[in-house]
Amino acid sequence: MTTTIIWTIAIISGLGLLLALTLYLVAQRFKVVEDPRIELVEKAMPGANCGGCGFAGCHAFADSAVKAPNLDNHYCPVGGNETMKKVAEILGYEVKEKAPMVAVVRCNGTCEARPRTSEYDGSISCKVKASLYAGDTGCSFGCLGCGDCVAACKFGALSMDPVTGLPVVDEEKCTACGACAKACPKAIIELRKKGPRGMREYVSCVNKDKGPSVKKACANACIGCGICQKTCTHDAITLENNVAYIDFEKCKLCRECEAMCPTGAIHGVNFPKPLDKEVVKARILERQKKAREAAAAAAAAEAAKVAEVKKEESNG
Amino acid sequence: MARRTFSIGGVHPADSKISRDCKLEYLPIAPTVYIALSQHIGAPAKPVVAVGDKVKVGQVIAEPGAFMSAYIHSSVSGTVKSIGPRKDLSGNNQMVVEIAVEGDEWMEDIDRTDTLVTDIPQDPKAIIEKIKLGGVVGLGGATFPTHVKLSPPPGKTCEMLIINGCECEPYLTSDFRTLLEKGEQVVVGTAIIKKALGVAKATIAIEDNKLEAIEHITKVVESLKAKGPEYSGIEVLSLMKKYPEGGEKQLIDAVMHRQVKSGGLPIDVGAVVDNVCTALAVYEAVQKNKPLIDNSVTVTGECFPKQANLIVRVGTPLNYVIDYLGGVPKDAAKVISGGPMMGKSIANLEAATMKGTGGLLFLTREQTKRMPESSCIRCGKCADACPMGLEPFLLNRLAKAGDTDALEANAVQDCIMCGCCLYSCPAGIPLLDVISQARGQVMGIMRARAAAAKAAAEAAKAKTE
Repeated sequence: MTTTIIWTIAIISGLGLLLALTLYLVAQRFKVVEDPRIELVEKAMPGANCGGCGFAGCHAFADSAVKAPNLDNHYCPVGGNETMKKVAEILGYEVKEKAPMVAVVRCNGTCEARPRTSEYDGSISCKVKASLYAGDTGCSFGCLGCGDCVAACKFGALSMDPVTGLPVVDEEKCTACGACAKACPKAIIELRKKGPRGMREYVSCVNKDKGPSVKKACANACIGCGICQKTCTHDAITLENNVAYIDFEKCKLCRECEAMCPTGAIHGVNFPKPLDKEVVKARILERQKKAREAAAAAAAAEAAKVAEVKKEESNG
Repeated sequence: MARRTFSIGGVHPADSKISRDCKLEYLPIAPTVYIALSQHIGAPAKPVVAVGDKVKVGQVIAEPGAFMSAYIHSSVSGTVKSIGPRKDLSGNNQMVVEIAVEGDEWMEDIDRTDTLVTDIPQDPKAIIEKIKLGGVVGLGGATFPTHVKLSPPPGKTCEMLIINGCECEPYLTSDFRTLLEKGEQVVVGTAIIKKALGVAKATIAIEDNKLEAIEHITKVVESLKAKGPEYSGIEVLSLMKKYPEGGEKQLIDAVMHRQVKSGGLPIDVGAVVDNVCTALAVYEAVQKNKPLIDNSVTVTGECFPKQANLIVRVGTPLNYVIDYLGGVPKDAAKVISGGPMMGKSIANLEAATMKGTGGLLFLTREQTKRMPESSCIRCGKCADACPMGLEPFLLNRLAKAGDTDALEANAVQDCIMCGCCLYSCPAGIPLLDVISQARGQVMGIMRARAAAAKAAAEAAKAKTE
């Protein structure tokens, strides 16, 4: 009896030791030496694995960042400058600060402004809907309203507004990872500079059709009239394919374009005071009138000068 | 004898061919037509007319933009009003040539008589050139340029020409009426294509729900046999009615018992398939010098009071066609271009017909209502129904996950978008919608990869040289 027990214990312990030794040897033989900084960098990352940086996840980002000669091609839009500073500290690199960005929905075709022209009963998915037809309104560029962007957001920053039928971005939660912009088959969502204290101007429309047909399809659309472009004194607005675009690098947030826009397609958000359109409009018109008068006066002076010269010539 | 059909999958929708007794009828010409520049698979055609030009019926208004493209002719006589974007039936912009109609003046070289020309003196090259100049494209639905199809790549030979008279889509009857009323022309067209391909055998395949057509065509084939060597070897084959028999690959399976492998073309198994209306268009282009400027359109639906099979000039606005027959019925909820299985529902009735428009179908809300979507119960009905042997339930899941690699491995690119899976699903899952979107995405990835590989190969070649 006792011998059996002793033998059992001996065999089991022997086996255990043998296997432990094997495991140890195998572990030594196939050891992967990883740069310890990768783990440190990964720990400094937000850990959302959203892919907003262009890498497969936070680990892939850390791995690539450690191996890279500088941090020019590495930026975590979620963690922002703070995280990048930490990463730079770990790796001993320098990092350029980037302005915080935010996702902007460039469609204001609310249910009210954009009447439905057909009924869609297919799969509730924007990309499927876009592959089938132009959409259930007269606008073939606008939001399809099935919420692919909402599903793509890993931070819960997007939601569909049941009244307007359009997605709404929660600026507090948005990390500008760009997943929604990629998911939107109509390319309505754009990452724009968040702006000082969140203030920014943008054209909330991407319709490339000509004015009359756009107007028919949606009351809030950009009709490509170009008034904003003529108004802008900072050369920030371009008009291409019948739709205006505000360059956020050049925009000085004067809100003059917003006041002049005949359809209300230009939006200004997070400004402390509401825009008094009439006052601004009057100011701009006054300025333009003065400019015209000055131009006319200059032209008249020029003409007078020319006339005088001619007179002198004829006299002489 | 057992009824012949294809071997995998398929469904049996009610055929509802309620317009089968309506004779082909010419639609009066619309006051303005809008002729799209992209009416075929491949590159859009390049316009060769300018605004203000006078055009005649049959005049070339656009030339092929690439190898895979087709000529486009004016279907009316009049003045070119504009060339620019216009919304097509799905509401997306498409380049069209707008022509204001003035009279009906045809090009002088078009033979407008009804006499049947059975002599085929041209050699194959001349025939294919004429087909190309006639702007003929496949009228079975895919609008593949016919001259490209009839020029098999080197090293591949055609063993059999199949003329597709199945018209397996419910409701549609334009092919049936064409077979009955223009059977002679179709058979001559078959003989022309046969000669162009240099093939000994041709089969005109017709489903057995069209017995009159089978009988009629058999008689025509018999009577034309003596006309020349091109007319021997043409057979008429009756096939069991089953959807989607008119699919190219299904038809080859049914007629020749050969399967086209994944990613392959019919010519790989020695077959070329053309629709009966294409055969008619070939006849008109080669024998009568008449380019493809009109096509037959079935206008039907239980709720539509005036069924018709119309011959419509290309570019006629849809609402003009509908108004001619009494307007959109009150209880119609959906208008479909094509048949109920593969057709596209129309979002914009101001759009114009194209070469490939085969039908206008009106359905009531009751008929088109989708079942509320519920969870997949893994019954496997979709996999049983798929004529391409795919697993739609799996493709649906992969498409929702966005796994394009797995989709490609599971051959989503082989989907022919027949809709059998959606038709058979008891859970009302919109399988076709999701899968066809994924198919487009995967095919785009495959094309991009092929282009990149080609560019890399060329770069490597340039380096070695």
